[in-house]
Amino acid sequence: MEAQNEKPANAKSMSIIVTKGSLDWAYPPFILATTAAAMGVDVTMFFTFYGLPLLLKKLNPQLTVLGNPAMKMPMMGMHVGMPNIVGMIPGVDAMATTMMKNLIKKKGVASIEELREAAIESDINMVACQMTMDLFEFKREDMIDGITLGGAATYMENALKSDINLFI
Amino acid sequence: MADQVLDAKGLNCPLPILRAKKALKELPTGATLEVLATDPGAVADFAAFCRTTGNEMVEQSQEGKVFRFVIKHVT
Repeated sequence: MEAQNEKPANAKSMSIIVTKGSLDWAYPPFILATTAAAMGVDVTMFFTFYGLPLLLKKLNPQLTVLGNPAMKMPMMGMHVGMPNIVGMIPGVDAMATTMMKNLIKKKGVASIEELREAAIESDINMVACQMTMDLFEFKREDMIDGITLGGAATYMENALKSDINLFI
Repeated sequence: MADQVLDAKGLNCPLPILRAKKALKELPTGATLEVLATDPGAVADFAAFCRTTGNEMVEQSQEGKVFRFVIKHVT
């Protein structure tokens, strides 16, 4: 059997800047990164600002209904939105997060944990922004293994040789 | 008959593709993988996956709500 994990020298590459860590915004970068890796693309993910907590050992992305008028959940045969004034009530975000997680499970959608696991398995290069770690006081031991630390220059080096660069 | 069957029924994007890639990796070159999926998006996605990776879509069919793909491991 040939070495399956070795990427050909002419492999396409992609970089994604991950700037958001809420449950809904965590999906696009992880879905695209894992799928690209499955299609033989060399992927780098750079986690910065609010995206950085997605690399924490204790992963628990939350949802907020505030400022999210497009978020309408299927409920009792309808699609129900949440006015901001309701979203401000304590507990509403937690409830929306639980509802979303139940929906995700019911519809066979991967959990963020599962996608992150897949990202690690497929050798995606995950870089934690050192500046954000200092800013928000995260320690290396708070983060998962298998990541590297870096800054803007580390990202730029990857981005300059990538075929696709995304900012999410 | 395919060499291996992957049941991806009930799984949503991108899990059928991720699981299929994982299964293909374990199969020797030339072997075939049969994927069963219920995600309607899988039809376009498996076609794109095969075109991009160079693996070969040998067969494709639908029975009720279940889509069946037979993919030959080329690369």
